[in-house]
Amino acid sequence: MAEYTLRLRRYDPESGDAPYWEEHTIELEPHRSVLEGILQAKARFDGSIGIRCSCRAAICGSCGVRINGRPDLACHTHLDKAERRAKDGIIEVEPMGNMPVIKDLIVDMEAVHWKKIRRVTPWLIAKQPVPVREYIVPRESMVDVTQSMACIQCGACVSDCLSMEVDPKFIGPAALAKAYRFVGDPRDDQHFERLKDLAEDPHGIYDCTHCFACIDACPKDVAPMSQIMRLRRRAGNDFNIEDRNNGERHESAFVSLVKQYGLLNEAELLPRSYGGDTPLAKFKPSVALEMATTLPAIARALLRRKVTPAAVLKPHKLPKQDLAAVRRIYDEVEGREQRAEFNIYISGKDEDR
Amino acid sequence: MKVAYWPGCVSRGFTPELHGSMARIAPLLDIELVPLDRASCCGAGVIAEHNPELADTLNARTFALAQQAEGTSLMMNICSTCQGAQSECQERLDASAEYRERINATLAGEGLSYEKGLTNKNFLWLLVEEFGLDVLAERVQRPLTDLRVGPFYGCYIVRPAERLGIDEALPRDSYLAQVIETLGGTVTDYAGSHKCCGFPIITMNKEASLKQAGRHLGDAVDAGADCLVTPCPLCHLNLDLQQPLAERVVGRELAMPVLHLPQLVGLALGLAPDQLGLQRHVVKPTAVIDWSTAVVGEVTSTSPAGG
Repeated sequence: MAEYTLRLRRYDPESGDAPYWEEHTIELEPHRSVLEGILQAKARFDGSIGIRCSCRAAICGSCGVRINGRPDLACHTHLDKAERRAKDGIIEVEPMGNMPVIKDLIVDMEAVHWKKIRRVTPWLIAKQPVPVREYIVPRESMVDVTQSMACIQCGACVSDCLSMEVDPKFIGPAALAKAYRFVGDPRDDQHFERLKDLAEDPHGIYDCTHCFACIDACPKDVAPMSQIMRLRRRAGNDFNIEDRNNGERHESAFVSLVKQYGLLNEAELLPRSYGGDTPLAKFKPSVALEMATTLPAIARALLRRKVTPAAVLKPHKLPKQDLAAVRRIYDEVEGREQRAEFNIYISGKDEDR
Repeated sequence: MKVAYWPGCVSRGFTPELHGSMARIAPLLDIELVPLDRASCCGAGVIAEHNPELADTLNARTFALAQQAEGTSLMMNICSTCQGAQSECQERLDASAEYRERINATLAGEGLSYEKGLTNKNFLWLLVEEFGLDVLAERVQRPLTDLRVGPFYGCYIVRPAERLGIDEALPRDSYLAQVIETLGGTVTDYAGSHKCCGFPIITMNKEASLKQAGRHLGDAVDAGADCLVTPCPLCHLNLDLQQPLAERVVGRELAMPVLHLPQLVGLALGLAPDQLGLQRHVVKPTAVIDWSTAVVGEVTSTSPAGG
């Protein structure tokens, strides 16, 4: 047995009082979970502590909280490990972020998480005619969606999503990972419609800021951000969906500029992201309008010689021979019959075999 | 120390002062830079989003060139985004001999081949893990006394922790704070230090992007920082170049100077602000320059960095 001190975030909206911290010292073996610690505090010191939990085995996804500032399942975090990560030796537990608090450590999953899950039509829209017995699909085609199927809907990724923090309308990591579960399923009939919808939504797949917070947050290695990148890949490459959010245009401009120069030509990237992947993009009126809003920044950058006209007009480029090598790589890899994707989640690492 | 040096694209494009300041301070730290000027863009995650194998092959080519760079023990970059994008590709390449073979087959035409296990470190990691903070402390000519510096890491160099090798033994997500303290400065804690600058969605959702930049800058202002320091030139674009626009989105004046990591190190090593390209920033680093002018006289005359 060892002693651990928990610092719990308490809040009861009905009381009218502000949230506050409360400390309890509990006794448990080091390999016991933070959840067991909270439940002991509740049993021994204060029965009013609010915590949602059920299976206590990292299956049901009920006990998502923030431990020392990071989201995790309370039942899936050992006390000794949590104490080592605490900034002052006291294990700090607070409710998840990006969702309203109902009481203490319980957040309103319905108000945010479940609403967003329903937004992506989270069920299979069956290809017709539905077979009398079952669909027969190649085994490999289902392996691809196993990672998104591992989600237990705990909301940890939603809690720390940095896009959602500034844009609460963002569909978010959990729901978009769920969307991929059906976009990647060969039995689903509406891949294009789903992707078109998510690409055109200003708060859809192109609203993800690529911050990796959801990958770190997920206790089940779903890597929601990787699923969002897959959705983008399928929307832009496989269905050629040119969305109104500049998502596809930005990606294809970036990719083709690196093929053209070997290095990134930032001065061309911006107009092409707005106006399409052509050197003429910068002369389009709609692009000029969009660029005009960034004029104050560009003017100052030119004034301070941060960006020089020479750098804009004569961008950096790889030596001829190396540029040819880069273009050969592009041609070979892009020319493959099928796009390859090596996913460590599925294939594993050599040393683990 | 001789390193295969990958500056990245933006440090030679829209933030030329980053590459310039790194080149300035390298001799003061006995770091010999062997530039990888034949290597291509890392793809910044966007090429990987388009086609992961393409990104893996382009970066495997860079890694192979680094492994060929004579006399170097490792590869060094000065961009959080390069670090993250390249680490992601390297993780896949190192995971499977079969996959590596496939990628190397594409490189074979050029006579290049990537061998598993390259060490690729951002200047920040190299400073702490290879150079050593104790040695750095000895080289300080002008301690950053009274300068309150807020660290801004950039997502790609702190997440995902497992891929980037961050754990209790290697707390790489606290290195900026350690460096600031070693240079004699004061670390300003604020909410945004490990968050996203918003740059990746600047063309897709400008308001959300600038709201992120503006909010973190505002938090740093409220916490009393004189300036921020970042190892990521893309963060610098949103935090410095776009700061006038971010001010409009969040509706407040920010005027927060943002320094590149080599600039902060260079100031402490005794270099003058204009030698480090500080005059090129969109947000005038007035607080920083006033401060350094005030103590510039204290730089010892034996300093090799004076000129």
